[in-house]
Amino acid sequence: MPSIFDILGPVMIGPSSSHTAGAAKLGYVARQLLGAEPKQAEITLYNSFARTYKGHGTDRAIIGGILGMKPDDEMLRNSLEIAKERGLKYTFKLIMKAPKLHPNSARINLTDLDGNKIEMVGSSLGGGRIEIVEIEGFKVSFSVMTHTIVIIADDIPGSIAHISGAIAEKNINIANMFVSREEKLANMIIEVDQDVPPEVLEKIRSFKWVHYVRLVEPIL
Amino acid sequence: MEINSFEDILKYCREMKATIPEVMIEYEIRKTGRTREQIIEGVRKILNVMIESVNNGLTRDVKSPSGLLNNFAKKVYNAKVNTLTVNFKKAIARAMAVSEVNACMGRIAAAPTAGSSGIMPAVITTMMEEHGITEDKAIEGLLVSSAIGLLIVKNASVAGSEAGCMGETGSAAAMGASAIVYLLGGDNRQIESAACFAIQGAMGLVCDPIAGLVEVPCIFRNAIGVANAFTSAQIALSGVESVIPLDEVILAMNEVAELMSPKLKETAQGGLANTKTAREIQRRFIYQIDIGK
Repeated sequence: MPSIFDILGPVMIGPSSSHTAGAAKLGYVARQLLGAEPKQAEITLYNSFARTYKGHGTDRAIIGGILGMKPDDEMLRNSLEIAKERGLKYTFKLIMKAPKLHPNSARINLTDLDGNKIEMVGSSLGGGRIEIVEIEGFKVSFSVMTHTIVIIADDIPGSIAHISGAIAEKNINIANMFVSREEKLANMIIEVDQDVPPEVLEKIRSFKWVHYVRLVEPIL
Repeated sequence: MEINSFEDILKYCREMKATIPEVMIEYEIRKTGRTREQIIEGVRKILNVMIESVNNGLTRDVKSPSGLLNNFAKKVYNAKVNTLTVNFKKAIARAMAVSEVNACMGRIAAAPTAGSSGIMPAVITTMMEEHGITEDKAIEGLLVSSAIGLLIVKNASVAGSEAGCMGETGSAAAMGASAIVYLLGGDNRQIESAACFAIQGAMGLVCDPIAGLVEVPCIFRNAIGVANAFTSAQIALSGVESVIPLDEVILAMNEVAELMSPKLKETAQGGLANTKTAREIQRRFIYQIDIGK
């Protein structure tokens, strides 16, 4: 059942909930996955995003999101100019036909000042809703409707127990947990019911077999 | 608390001895666990964004990146000619103002969609200006309109890609018509009839945006959506009842949506989008767009 605020709203920057608001969210999620101020962004737009990005401001929306602007921030309109001021270098590549991806999809590669990188693929599903479908080569599927912890760790026995223990210790309820494996690494997507204090993330980060931890906050 | 039909809403109104806005607040409380105050403040925020978007469109320079829209709302608002009254002209201009703000990457409240975001702000701000409707009362009007929108989302669609412009500006006009009737003291059956007339007036309306942009004909359909809302409300408030009940009208809307060709559902492959001139515009301004088949 929809909420009345699905009918009245969302408040957003036009012109399109899928091509503008959803695109800004994708950029914003990529920024959170990087976890630092990005200095370089390589963006690939696929399918409908590639064909109609200019008229819908998809490029401005994604760059704005990468700069930390939310979908209702009027600065989105000037994001390309603001990127220049803040020293963010960006490139756009267009791929008109990527049949395996949703019609409105983007790949975002970010690099911070220290050379840390993140790669993410996400889709804009309509009405401002998004789905993240790939992180660092791992196939994933989550929609950032709630606080989401993203982890990459060695695929060793007991890792899930240690991580869920660190989360449960602070009385945080895990709503969903998805695990996928690539060779010797495991990717975990953990959706929780509330905000996650930094000490929980620090504890997970302190495990020697954990390589990457980020918290992605929902964008309402 | 399930709301699947207008009859459900009327049933809750009877059981709770409440108005439609009260029923919608109760629905939202049970659905989200938010408090009554939070919900009202949420709607107030939407109202303020609507008012701001109208004002921005009438005062800022709003020329869209494609150049297809260029400060049209101001032209209408300040026109010397009035086809009917000054008020009517202003109502139309307000819808166009928000459409232009939307096209120029300004802030809007989708109601129910970004493409149809001009209609509800035009209806509500016009009611506030012409009828002295207070902010609190306007919030009630928005809650009534949300009931109509909810029924369409549940039983048909508000997405251009599924129900064409009928789903977008048709739904917004029905929402607007119901709000006008409520704000002018109409009863629940009159609210229902007004929504029926508005949908009937937009039945089968296609979504054929030039170059795939939310600009033309969207802005004109938003303007006409406001006229539809006030027309439908006028007829319903005069005591004329819809022959077909709202629940059936929405089902008919869903049937028509299914019968419509995909070329007429936001894909920019049919209708105005497929005219010689539209194709030329596409090539000239926005060469990235797929020509389609």
